[in-house]
Amino acid sequence: MANRASPGDPVVFLRDRTRWQWPEALPWILAVAIFFLQPITLNLGVQILITIIFALSLDLILGYGGVVTLGHAAYFGTGAYATGMLSAHLGWNEPISGLLAGASAAGIVGFVTGWVLLRYHGLALLMLTLALGIMMSEFANVTEAWTGGFDGLSGISIDPIFGIFENDLWRRNYYWYSLIVLFLVFLACRRIVHSAFGRSLVGIRENTQRMRAIGSPVHLRLVTIYTISAFMAGTAGALYAQVNAYVTLDVLSFARSGTVLIVLVLGGTGRLYGAFIGAFLYILIEDELAKEYPAYWELGLGFILVLAALFFRTGILGALESATGLFRRRAP
Amino acid sequence: MTNLLEVKGLHKNFGALKVTQDVHLALAPGARHALIGPNGAGKTTLINLIAGALKPDYGSIFLDTRDVTGMSEAGRVKSGMARTFQINQLFRKLTTLENVALSVSERLGRNHVFWRHAWRNSDVLEEAMALLKRLGLESDALTVIEELPYGRQRLVEIAITLGLSPNVLLLDEPAAGVPSSESPVILDAVDALGDDIAVLIIEHDMDVVFRFAKRISVLVGGAVLAEGVPDEIAANEQVRAVYLGEDADA
Repeated sequence: MANRASPGDPVVFLRDRTRWQWPEALPWILAVAIFFLQPITLNLGVQILITIIFALSLDLILGYGGVVTLGHAAYFGTGAYATGMLSAHLGWNEPISGLLAGASAAGIVGFVTGWVLLRYHGLALLMLTLALGIMMSEFANVTEAWTGGFDGLSGISIDPIFGIFENDLWRRNYYWYSLIVLFLVFLACRRIVHSAFGRSLVGIRENTQRMRAIGSPVHLRLVTIYTISAFMAGTAGALYAQVNAYVTLDVLSFARSGTVLIVLVLGGTGRLYGAFIGAFLYILIEDELAKEYPAYWELGLGFILVLAALFFRTGILGALESATGLFRRRAP
Repeated sequence: MTNLLEVKGLHKNFGALKVTQDVHLALAPGARHALIGPNGAGKTTLINLIAGALKPDYGSIFLDTRDVTGMSEAGRVKSGMARTFQINQLFRKLTTLENVALSVSERLGRNHVFWRHAWRNSDVLEEAMALLKRLGLESDALTVIEELPYGRQRLVEIAITLGLSPNVLLLDEPAAGVPSSESPVILDAVDALGDDIAVLIIEHDMDVVFRFAKRISVLVGGAVLAEGVPDEIAANEQVRAVYLGEDADA
């Protein structure tokens, strides 16, 4: 089959664009290689995998729907606390159902808050997402009896996965667990962005006014993707709670919302793989700098981000793409 | 015969500015109704009111005898109304084909399906391609909009709207900014629309208006100054004074 379609066969053109391409295997090969070669600790690897899931969830609404948010940690935190509290208070320790429960809790919170938030646009929306993040964080602080408040939520004890794979100290099992969850989340994201629904989100991002004028229920579409995104952010949070067996208010912090935004923008929005590159580099750089310069590492990180913002406007992946044409086939 | 579009006593104020004053319109199937008037007469505002992008202060709008005054813009599209914009409103980073496919897909209710690849909707793509052929856009199917010349973009604007299979079509200066070599393509496409469709068109080019329109409304200061068949409008002293006279130099 020809790689490039002539205008006569648009179906072939559009189908080819959604085909798996060889560079897409790279992150997964790298992930497996990291397990066997361990150039970095698996604990750091798990952190990267969780951050990728979180950044992917943000890419769905920011990169595809065009919704900018400074409060996405609200859903990460909801997932983390829901899974954590189910275990700590109710003894619900089965990991997979616990993960789904945490994700669902975040999805429900995403649906309710999204319904209200997405009536607003631009700066008003940005301020409201910021306010939501702060309110959620304070709410967790106030409901100390449930969340452990400032002291954090302890007493989480997750059963071995399928009764076999324990959360060992070196994260051998949880590395695979996180990788498989990431893969499933990624498959779902890939399916969504290539669907007609996904294309209509791009339409909303590109021109909301026109989408309304072709009869598109814009608010409903955005609430739908926002709910899916919150579910995935909750998945990342739930995984975080299970790995660390401990949840603090940090999961709901503004810093976490800001970081995931930086990670995604650094990697490149609207491409899915931007989340991979952004999370990988950000966490590695952060880790290295924190080791080398324990007191000033954030200064170094800030400097790198300024450089990225100046020279990689479309993120690292965007720069790579314009240089090589990889990852997203452009129209001929 | 029932009217496809009926506008009754429409009023709209922006603060103290009366942009629409007691406007009445009735378009039967096959209507080719032109809306003319000097700049600032409230033509585009009227289109926005009819399309549902703006809410009127008073008055009502009927689509095929159904009162749609309180209905959302999207709801009106589902009931058979479609519009073009005076300034192109396109998906600039997408290809021509994707632009048109989005509207066809929306009409066929596919855009809420998120577990099926978009390219599997071959009926949508075939229909979109057929529309592109009809407007001579076939060779630009896979060109990204922002790389198209403005005149070609104008055609995409029409193609997106036709993808909605409207009964009532609102055209806001469809040929504005289009080189004269290309404007016949647009007007031919509009001419080729069936007798079951009602068209309301805003146009500044009097040649186009008098060639195309079967009825004309002249809007001045938000109110209808005159309405009638082209010959009546051309003979109307008031219209000549306030509008045609000053436009003759343009």
